[in-house]
Amino acid sequence: MFPMIRIEGVRHAYKTPSGPLPVLDGLEMSLDEGGFSAVVGPSGCGKSTLTRLISGLMKPDEGKVMLHGEVVTGPRATVGMAFQNPVLLEWRSILQNVILPLEIVPNTLSKAECEDRARYLLHLVGLEGFEDKRPSELSGGMRQRASLCRALVHKPEVLILDEPFGALDAFTREDLWQTMHKVKENEPFTGVLITHDLREAIFLADQVVVLSGRPARTQYLLDVPDTGPRDLEHLYTPEAAEMLAILRHQIEIAQGRAPAEGEAA
Amino acid sequence: MNQNLGKVMVPTAAMIIFLLIWEAVVWAAGWPKYKMAAPSDLLPAYIKHWDLFVTMSWQTLWRTVVGLLLAVVVGTGFGMIMGFSRVMRDALYPLLVGFNAIPKATVVPIVALMFVGAHDFNTVLIAFMISFFPIAVSVSIGLSTLEPEYRDILRSLGASQSTIFWKIALPKTLPEFFGAMKVAVTLAFIGTNLMEIVSPHGRGLGALFDSGKTNSDYPLMFAVLIALAVLGILLYYVVVALEKIFAGWAERPAQ
Repeated sequence: MFPMIRIEGVRHAYKTPSGPLPVLDGLEMSLDEGGFSAVVGPSGCGKSTLTRLISGLMKPDEGKVMLHGEVVTGPRATVGMAFQNPVLLEWRSILQNVILPLEIVPNTLSKAECEDRARYLLHLVGLEGFEDKRPSELSGGMRQRASLCRALVHKPEVLILDEPFGALDAFTREDLWQTMHKVKENEPFTGVLITHDLREAIFLADQVVVLSGRPARTQYLLDVPDTGPRDLEHLYTPEAAEMLAILRHQIEIAQGRAPAEGEAA
Repeated sequence: MNQNLGKVMVPTAAMIIFLLIWEAVVWAAGWPKYKMAAPSDLLPAYIKHWDLFVTMSWQTLWRTVVGLLLAVVVGTGFGMIMGFSRVMRDALYPLLVGFNAIPKATVVPIVALMFVGAHDFNTVLIAFMISFFPIAVSVSIGLSTLEPEYRDILRSLGASQSTIFWKIALPKTLPEFFGAMKVAVTLAFIGTNLMEIVSPHGRGLGALFDSGKTNSDYPLMFAVLIALAVLGILLYYVVVALEKIFAGWAERPAQ
């Protein structure tokens, strides 16, 4: 049995006018089917590059990215993506926005079945009644919910979330965290979440990957003991506080603000 | 007041006020007809040359519209090439800017000499040349400023470049496109008239203007100007109507 996502020794550099800029150097990651991994690290350390590698939008210079044991060579329809910018199409209704992937991914669904599927997802994230609205009529949190539905409508195996809640206010964000758990219960997927929010990471994920500063390698792996749905109270337990302390320390190391273990202070 | 009624009444009232001020200024200054015709002088000119106005307006209108359609096709084509390829953008921009900077009045005699006698063709050509630049620029900017996430959403699903163009890039560019069209409409009229006025034995409102000049029929010249303005307004609102249909989503509800 292969893990759903496996990343082995990935190195990648961007070509810039002033020479190659290495962003990833020795990235390792493994995630079983149904798992949820949060990736944290300093700004500009190559987290978004990681999402582009998994989705097949880019190929690494070295190393392998595998889904189901198969090396990713290009985009595949079994991946769903949501970004910080919800990028909804302003000229389509919310329902038609959610249906978009079904117009591209080959499938056997009829038009009515596509709409039913989109309506079901919108209901799941609490957007029933907004199907016929335009994106400009929705709040930021609601747009992000719609964007999540669009990422899931074609039943992807892997859901890639690139800081989807980064631009939202704290309360809306916590609402969406709970929505995420509800969605995952009803629509199983293997998730990779890029985030800057450590609380978000331990609340949503089963596994937190800390990347080092650029060029990024896997610096630290934290297993979150509670998996599956949790409520917000979990963030205020001593266990959560301990995990947050460990992660914060690791981020400081990654930023070069704290010495790594074993080094002289 | 009914909102729709207001939409017609307000501009109509503004136009009537404008005509009244014009009439009053000419009357107060005591200008003779050969200096400045008043609106009241125009009506006899229209009545006298009614059939000419109809045929000439039609001539001007269809050639402008054909030139404009050509500008849309070619302008969108150039815009797409420059919007999708950085190299082509760097290569073509200076050429297009230079071409656009040449006053079209200087191109008119060249074109008239090149294609002697092909009056319809020449007129359409000038209307096209003068109006395609804003369309090309707006389409290229619309395409090149497309946020990469839009592309990624579709590309990650395995969509082809042409799918991305039809589903996202094209509709997203429409508001800019129609903005450019509003500029292009009036430019195309200028192009058509340049050719009509300059080329001998021309047709269209420009030629009518020219004959008014030759015969010192000043009210006729002013009447042509007003007819041109009316055609311009007409075509402009056709563009506005098309914009409402195809890019109405970009309009925000009034606050």
